[in-house]
Amino acid sequence: MNRRRLRDIPWAVLMLVPSAGLLAVWTIYPLVRAVDYGHKQCNRTLTECRDVGWGQFSRVFQSDQFQDALLVSVKFAVFTVPTGLVLGLALAMLADKHIRGIGVFRVIFSSTVATSVAVASLVWFVLLQPQIGVLADQLSGVFPSLKEPGWLNGNDTALPAVAISSVWAGLGFSFIVVTAALQSVPRELHESALVDGAGSFRRFWHVTLPMISPTLLFLMVVLTTRALQTYGEIALLTGGGPQTTKATTNIPYLIYGENSLIRNDIGLKSAAATLLFLLSGVFAAVQFRGFGKRVHYGS
Amino acid sequence: MAADAVHGARKAGRYALLAVVSVIVLFPIYAVLLQALKSGPDSFDHPRSLLPVDLTFDTIRSAWTIGKLDRLLLNSLLVAVAVTCGVILTSLLSAYAFAFLDFPLKKVVFAMFLATMLVPAEVTVLINYNTADSLGWVNTYQGLIVPSLASMFGVFLVRQVFLQVPGELREAAALDGLGHWRFLWSVATPLSRPTLGALGLFVFLGTWNAYLWPSQVITDEDHRTIQIGLEHLKTPNDISKLNLITGGLVVAAVPIFVMLVIFQRQLVRGLTAGAVKG
Repeated sequence: MNRRRLRDIPWAVLMLVPSAGLLAVWTIYPLVRAVDYGHKQCNRTLTECRDVGWGQFSRVFQSDQFQDALLVSVKFAVFTVPTGLVLGLALAMLADKHIRGIGVFRVIFSSTVATSVAVASLVWFVLLQPQIGVLADQLSGVFPSLKEPGWLNGNDTALPAVAISSVWAGLGFSFIVVTAALQSVPRELHESALVDGAGSFRRFWHVTLPMISPTLLFLMVVLTTRALQTYGEIALLTGGGPQTTKATTNIPYLIYGENSLIRNDIGLKSAAATLLFLLSGVFAAVQFRGFGKRVHYGS
Repeated sequence: MAADAVHGARKAGRYALLAVVSVIVLFPIYAVLLQALKSGPDSFDHPRSLLPVDLTFDTIRSAWTIGKLDRLLLNSLLVAVAVTCGVILTSLLSAYAFAFLDFPLKKVVFAMFLATMLVPAEVTVLINYNTADSLGWVNTYQGLIVPSLASMFGVFLVRQVFLQVPGELREAAALDGLGHWRFLWSVATPLSRPTLGALGLFVFLGTWNAYLWPSQVITDEDHRTIQIGLEHLKTPNDISKLNLITGGLVVAAVPIFVMLVIFQRQLVRGLTAGAVKG
């Protein structure tokens, strides 16, 4: 055994070096470097940096810009995650019947998985145009704000409008994931519940939901992480605006956006990126701890 | 008889609901497609007709020329194919080491690999831009490709398959004088072909659709991918140009839609690999 361990070493090194090297340079190094820059102030060309101490992290965290961006990020998660989960589950339940032609509906329901961030965002950019967009044309009777000022230009409507685009784009993914979970629920469980006289609501509540709860938890964590890290939708739909209130400037946009107020400060951006990383971790951990106990990991 | 009628009504109800939901899900795509296929003043008429009449490819054709979409598509294809091949290769190699080789600190190394999955691109892109800049890789293909060539998701997925290869198979192969290199390519890789298909599709889509990294590392016209190029068809405050985006969107979306319909099974396998146990 021991001789084999030693004999395998050259092979292991040879086979691990490509992945390990790439991950080290493009994943580990930037994380370490972001933490490092996070307590520095540098000039624009990064030739001169001086240490300003770890206090920069708390100063960034407490700054109005970061707090506003954090609030936007959290609001965005609140808008998109429950809606995405419920719609994904509803669509999957609706299509979870062996009836003729169900395959066509499944393809339709999963179709938005084919849209990229850029495609989905620009589709909604076109639809939401106040003068000539289809939605303003068809629905401005019900929602006058579609025309004046247009949802993407309104302080209260911009973030929900981005959220709608994002939920729509994520629908296909949620549908596929929940459908796969539903299909892994053993038929016998449903049949024995049926024999026991359980109605369809009780079968859903006591059989289906517990069986697919690990998948729903996974989906919730993924959707939350994605919501906190949303960048392309914001950049393409609103540019972090409306500019007067920065109503859609979330943390990623604060770091990467063209209109961000800290766009030229690598120290502040690094601190913000590190905080974003920590926040994503905290949110995921809280969800796993909070809901993990209620999730059924049966045999 | 009554039970049959109830059953039939329920079935009809479900079909009706399925149809309504389908219309809602597809409406954004339909509306944009329609706008792309109508050109001239009609597409700005109020209230605009949602019926597919008087269709023409003029808008798509001018989007193609003005946006240089052929170049954008080729860039995206080149980058996505290169990254897909690269990820499959690096994943196979590392997965083999973790599944079939025995070496000191194996668990620690694997845990470190796994930990990289927790680091989101939104955190690393900031510094990776500086790295690419100092390598002279801004506005180059290697800048688009190299940072994505290793994926822990890929390593993990392939390792799962390799672990299911019976140990006797490896031992028998070793008795036949098959070394690690030959065993990897002639036994282990063919056995994992379905998973490699799913992984390949997944990586291809992810690379094709990527937005954040290309938007930072590419600033010139020559290396733009389709996702970045679409944005440049968008000129706010100029209503007459709006149709150009719709044309670009159709060109960008159609190949992926077709691909997904063909490879639906691989896609589902890839997307659900992490989600569903068993």
